[in-house]
Amino acid sequence: MKILVPIKRVIDANVRVHVKSDGSGVETANIKMAMNPFCEIAVEEAIRIKEAGHASEIIVITIGTSQCQDILRSGLAMGADRAILIETEAELQPLAIAKLLKAIVERQSPQLVILGKQAIDDDNNQTGQMLSALLGWAQGTFASKVVFNDGNVEVTREIDGGLETVSLQLPAIVTTDLRLNEPRYIKLPNIMKAKKKPLDILCPDDLGIDVNSRLKVLSIEQPAKRAAGIKLADVQELMDKLKNEAKVI
Amino acid sequence: MTAYTAPVRDMKFVIEELADLSLINQLPGLQDATADLVEQILEQASRMGSEVLAPINQSGDQHGVTFKQGNVYAPPGFKDAYQTFVESGWPALSFDPDRGGQGLPEMIATAVNEIWQSANMAWSLCPMLTEGAVITLETHALKTIKDLYLPKLISGEWTCTMNLTESQAGSDLAAIKTRATQEGDHYLITGQKIFITWGDHDLSENILHLVLARLADAPPGIKGISLFLVPKFLVSPDGSLGERNDVYPVSIEHKLGIHASPTCVMSFGDQHGAIGYLVGEEHNGLACMFTMMNHARLAVAVQSLGISERAYQQALAYAKERVQGKSNTQQGRVTIIHHPDVRRMLMLMKAGTEAMRALCYVTATSLDYSNRTEDEAFKTKHLQLFALLTPAVKGWCTELAQEITSLGIQIHGGMGYIEETGAAQHLRDARITTIYEGTTGIQAQDLTDRKIIRDNGKTISSLLDTMRETADSLSQLDDNNSTIIHSHYTEAIEALAQAVSWLLDNYKDDINAPGSISYDFMMLTGTVCGGWQMARSAIVAHNKLNDASESHKDFYRTKQMTARFYAEHILPRASSYLKTILTGSESIMAINTDQF
Repeated sequence: MKILVPIKRVIDANVRVHVKSDGSGVETANIKMAMNPFCEIAVEEAIRIKEAGHASEIIVITIGTSQCQDILRSGLAMGADRAILIETEAELQPLAIAKLLKAIVERQSPQLVILGKQAIDDDNNQTGQMLSALLGWAQGTFASKVVFNDGNVEVTREIDGGLETVSLQLPAIVTTDLRLNEPRYIKLPNIMKAKKKPLDILCPDDLGIDVNSRLKVLSIEQPAKRAAGIKLADVQELMDKLKNEAKVI
Repeated sequence: MTAYTAPVRDMKFVIEELADLSLINQLPGLQDATADLVEQILEQASRMGSEVLAPINQSGDQHGVTFKQGNVYAPPGFKDAYQTFVESGWPALSFDPDRGGQGLPEMIATAVNEIWQSANMAWSLCPMLTEGAVITLETHALKTIKDLYLPKLISGEWTCTMNLTESQAGSDLAAIKTRATQEGDHYLITGQKIFITWGDHDLSENILHLVLARLADAPPGIKGISLFLVPKFLVSPDGSLGERNDVYPVSIEHKLGIHASPTCVMSFGDQHGAIGYLVGEEHNGLACMFTMMNHARLAVAVQSLGISERAYQQALAYAKERVQGKSNTQQGRVTIIHHPDVRRMLMLMKAGTEAMRALCYVTATSLDYSNRTEDEAFKTKHLQLFALLTPAVKGWCTELAQEITSLGIQIHGGMGYIEETGAAQHLRDARITTIYEGTTGIQAQDLTDRKIIRDNGKTISSLLDTMRETADSLSQLDDNNSTIIHSHYTEAIEALAQAVSWLLDNYKDDINAPGSISYDFMMLTGTVCGGWQMARSAIVAHNKLNDASESHKDFYRTKQMTARFYAEHILPRASSYLKTILTGSESIMAINTDQF
């Protein structure tokens, strides 16, 4: 069984994000980038599935500029077998990404696609679900546990009310939540080996997919600064403020 | 406690622009060491440093090590961290691929070691010593010993120590009394060694001790010392562990810093003699041990670089957060980084640390060139340069680290003096670096006597020429910063040149001259070498500024301004060292011992 793991390059989780002065987007030039943490969990899960003998090959894939090769190399160093980069300078939205991934799935025929549930930059939480719909595959989103069972995969999902376990027939889509696993430290020998693993580069045109945006970004701004809190004497004062100042009750 | 993040961008700048990675990876066997691979390595080492090693730095300092029933235990978390480190394959970084190593350049190993040392200096001493031991065994041991022990040392499964010091034999190793007697294919060692770093611990299943001892028929003095390998557990020919050898820790020391690193008194042969194996030839042990010592000297310089970077990061974070006082340029109360005097301290920490980094990495490239080149003249050149730079780099970096870690406390004000803040630990940890692996005094003497006088100033003259070439390149640049840096830099080079001439002219007439001026001479050399690297950095920054995109320009402007700060605030010390050197020995040696 092949597993496809789509991953995304985002601003490193430890970097403080700034909006560009012209409001056209977020400052990314010269900023430390890294693999999206949810995607790291997805790669880790794929490797564990392979180590447990349920998979024979792991393909990591990303869509973006040529710099994105660095996260593919990280995925390879973690333990993926080969990588694909769909190279484009375009600003892509989840639907376009899902379409590109669908085209790759049709070419590579994996039985399982594991994605991060969302990327920490735009927090869309859409690609996995859209891909599932486009392919007509079962989906187990927000996974905190994945268990293989006679050609089925049992996914424990983190939902508002607690945990829900669903059984999916393969082929299927799984998106990962934070509690699914803790990604391993990359081993030095594997960094060296990753350099020699295959990395194919395609472009959206090769796949015949139109990646034009359906949405237009009007502006991006920094969230308003929160004002300092105040200390109130008693509940009565709180009620008063909620009624008369905040006007919420 | 503040977090540590490896300054990967700065490290890459030094690796690519100053330590010339593109030349290093043209050497035989190093073609894999490309810039993108190096970046991946630094990123992953950074993660290991900040997530595994840095979080147990302060707790290790507070908890210290435990000595219980003849065994030493590292602080909580240290063993697990070591396990992760070994499983991740880091110990093998620069070693021979035929023995399980990754065959990466020494220069890259130096950069990665900086990360470990910044993250947790006390912990990092253990793998640092093992690394030195591997090089020593690789160079001097018999094939049978190499085949049996090296793979486990390279993988990090076993660790290694160096046993030189005895209570009466510190800087003066001629006084060593530990004895060795041949018995069949091995030797029996008896005696006591002190100050043995990581002499016993629970991180690895076996510990190998490299021990200096004297054979019964040995000539007196340093020419009668031999080197032995003494395992904690004897190793069977198939590599499995056998009996416990007769070598035990007797006690551990209570120290000013590096609390998490056990410093042991080791007793050899209390019962029937500790079994040891000869490394190198009989009576030639000190020469063999110097292979380890020279490696360790550069490694200690890297420690002082690492601890300086850590102290800087902590001080910087505090200066950006602590609100105190007002500034002329901003409304309201400001964070202290707005105050010029706090800026001065931060800039000194930053410029000093960057100069150390460049100097350490560039010095390490001489190892790569001399190990790998097929051109004999080029090899000799780099061996000589490495020999010259080692004492200057070790002496100067470790002394500068005292100033930098002390400033780290100063920036914190009263909070810096409180242990809980964590700034004081860096100063306490840094304090050992001017002492072990040869004190500052020993480095200074090595530099003046063996590397300048015995060489008749040849190697340093050629280094001075190289530095003058950098000055010439700098003088071609038409910006104000470069002009300012050039003026201070050329003055400093000529100060060093003058000091070299003075030393060569005066050492015969005044036997106290070299010893009296050696410290100032070493500090002068280090300061100017640091200035040389900062000048090179300014040249690169100038050139990059021409075609860098706007978003990259800030980085290079900062590099340029840091080099200018170094030129204006640190390089002028060169003239002061020179002034002292020219006074010779008179005021030092004039009064007799009773007059003190």
